[in-house]
Amino acid sequence: MTGFVLDGYDPQGFYCEMLRCAATAALRQRLDHLPLADFQRRTAAAAQALYDYGITFTLYSESSAIDRILPFDPIPRVLAADEWRQIERGIIQRVTALNLLLDDVYHGQKILKDGVIPPDLILGNPNYRPSMHGAAVAHKAYVNICGTDIIRGGDGAFRVLEDNARTPSGVSYVIENRHMMLRAFPDLVDGVGLRPVEDYGSRLVAAMREIAPASSSEPQIVLLSPGIYNSAYFEHVFLAREMGVPLVQGSDLVIEQDRVYMRTIAGLHAVDVIYRRINDDFLDPEAFRPDSLLGVPGLMRAYNAGNVALANAVGTGVADDKAVYAYVPKIIRYYLGEDAILQNVETHICREPNSLRYTLDHLAELVVKPVGEAGGYGITIGPKASRAELEECRAKLVADPANYISQPCIDLSVAPTLCDGGVMPRHVDLRPFAITGKSTWVLPGGLTRVALRPGSLMVNSSQGGGSKDTWVLEQGLE
Amino acid sequence: MSSSPLLARYAECIFWLARFIERAENLARILDVNETFSRGRSAAQSWLSIVQLNADEERFYKKHRTPSAERVLAFYLTDADNPTSILSAVTNARENARTLRPLVSTEMWVQLNTFYHRMGAIGPGDMLPGSLSRLLTSIKEACQTFTGITEGTFYRDQASYFYRLGQYIERADQTTRLLDTKYPLLSGGSDTAAAVEVGQWHALLRSASGYHAFRRVHSSELTPARVAGFLLFNPAFPRSVYLCVREAADALAALKHHYRLRAGNDISEGLDGLRAILEERSIEEILAGGLHEFLDFLQDYLIAITDRVSAAFFARRPVSGGPNPAAAAWPLAPVPQIPS
Repeated sequence: MTGFVLDGYDPQGFYCEMLRCAATAALRQRLDHLPLADFQRRTAAAAQALYDYGITFTLYSESSAIDRILPFDPIPRVLAADEWRQIERGIIQRVTALNLLLDDVYHGQKILKDGVIPPDLILGNPNYRPSMHGAAVAHKAYVNICGTDIIRGGDGAFRVLEDNARTPSGVSYVIENRHMMLRAFPDLVDGVGLRPVEDYGSRLVAAMREIAPASSSEPQIVLLSPGIYNSAYFEHVFLAREMGVPLVQGSDLVIEQDRVYMRTIAGLHAVDVIYRRINDDFLDPEAFRPDSLLGVPGLMRAYNAGNVALANAVGTGVADDKAVYAYVPKIIRYYLGEDAILQNVETHICREPNSLRYTLDHLAELVVKPVGEAGGYGITIGPKASRAELEECRAKLVADPANYISQPCIDLSVAPTLCDGGVMPRHVDLRPFAITGKSTWVLPGGLTRVALRPGSLMVNSSQGGGSKDTWVLEQGLE
Repeated sequence: MSSSPLLARYAECIFWLARFIERAENLARILDVNETFSRGRSAAQSWLSIVQLNADEERFYKKHRTPSAERVLAFYLTDADNPTSILSAVTNARENARTLRPLVSTEMWVQLNTFYHRMGAIGPGDMLPGSLSRLLTSIKEACQTFTGITEGTFYRDQASYFYRLGQYIERADQTTRLLDTKYPLLSGGSDTAAAVEVGQWHALLRSASGYHAFRRVHSSELTPARVAGFLLFNPAFPRSVYLCVREAADALAALKHHYRLRAGNDISEGLDGLRAILEERSIEEILAGGLHEFLDFLQDYLIAITDRVSAAFFARRPVSGGPNPAAAAWPLAPVPQIPS
């Protein structure tokens, strides 16, 4: 292969993050002078380094553990300063509204009484936790860590695709991708003026201190992981290191007299704040799933007694439900009296008869998603589905309409991506991460996920996705 | 300095990480020295002795009908099903390091990770007589590299003491096993074999990197008793059992002192007791009573130390409701024999 990186690149009619953004001019010029073969060689070396550094997610089969790196695409995705300002404001607004919603549904339930959201959508939701009713949560910050999935369609507008308000993952790749970019392609980064991403860990620790029980002056924070067999274990390690806190498993913790302790070489040591990367269900076999071996028996007793803070709070899953999502613009208006800065994707809630009928009539044009799933599982993309897949989807919809929503199929924006055959357009999304203690802070940029298969819209790492370094430029073009 | 005490699980992992690295290195040394021994008539017997050394007869014969160089080498180098193989040791070290990634330096992890991937790429051709020594040397060097990176990058807090504790307990154990490889030959004991035998003691010393150090102490004749005495008692040689026991005792004392740990007094006493035995016995007494028996005693004693470390610091209850290890008696040294 000869030529330079962007030679012959054609976005094939999609909105291109690189070509449509004036702020990428400097980057494009550099890529135009970088020989493709050289670029490929350096990319391969970078991938090997990720593997050696163990920046991997792990697939466990019966007999072996396979380490895979999240494929790293070396062509960065750029956000101009004004684009980022809009996203940042939009996310702060959205997280604020979701926290107000959670505080309300676990206290007075005004929003339900006022008829803004159908009560059974909240109260009948499997992720609604009655035990949280009336519980005090520091600063009313239920969602301390939020990942908001944002896409851009052909019209160039950013839209929120979903909120991840439980245990969103991916932030380690944001920071590692930047480190990799600086190591392998300093010539691309040099002098561009990027907003830094390195202080995520210290921001997170600061927020954890803010939510600690008032009784603890020097709170002991820990990160609770399911352990080395979890596919996101690397991220747990990464965050524990960045935060400078112990990475614990359920078996390291023990509850005595409604207080949490960790087992150390000097005996039991009190714990005040737990950043948990375990879902509600698995936190405490006494309170939730009795078969959970990952959690800590009695943890909810300590939590309800106010002796330990959990981040995120228990019961946030009701706020990132895909059906509740459809109401978020109304929720924002209800609590904040503002229009949503970031729009939703048009959403049909199949529990409503009209929406179900519309969905069934237009199945081949729509994306159908189960409301409670994450990771891209259970999704049917109408335009790409076979006849049999559509019929299967139809049957599921009719059998259990309340479990589904449908959305129009959005032509996701593309970004130039290094593929086997050269540089090709591939669909991307964006997951910024917001941290909330007393107030909300958004990490500049976020995780740009890229669907590596030609034409694919699935960016999830479990569905063959990769990632790119995401650049937020410090200054707009004058 | 870290404000909170070390998690018990991490202490256990770091203790075993150090042991598995040390074990892999010493297994490579034992295979290397055996290759030298086996250049003679009773090659099969010599390779069998490696299997006996690790008490692996049952596991070995389940897979192989007879011990040959190729089979024993594959069993100890690349057999993932054999828990006493070098591959298993490196795999276990890496699994521990994976758990410990919040604590170990990135360089420690990267080196161990690439070492593990290299172990997976060993093929039959690498274990042939012409290549074997190179392979064993590269394994030994990879372990030494890890040890050096650890020395240069591992944060010196509570965890580093558990690393040292594991490292020296394992090294003491492995030196007893290395010495034991010589046991079948020693017990053969005819005069005609003497010349061959001296050459093999020579090789044994070299495989422990002890030849030059030995020469500094004994410039005269190299005798089996002197070599065994050197590997057991020398106070300055880094692989002697005595020095390892002293280092382990020092690491434990420093850990207890700096972090004001109340547990583990019984371990200190046990290490002191072992040290006293090593100081009091002469090599002549030990050879008269049987070197193998004395080495067995040392191995049992080190196992008892490990049990007590587990009970004191790893939040481990004794397996199967047995007696509390801290209350159990220490293994008794064989009665000293007056040399004839």
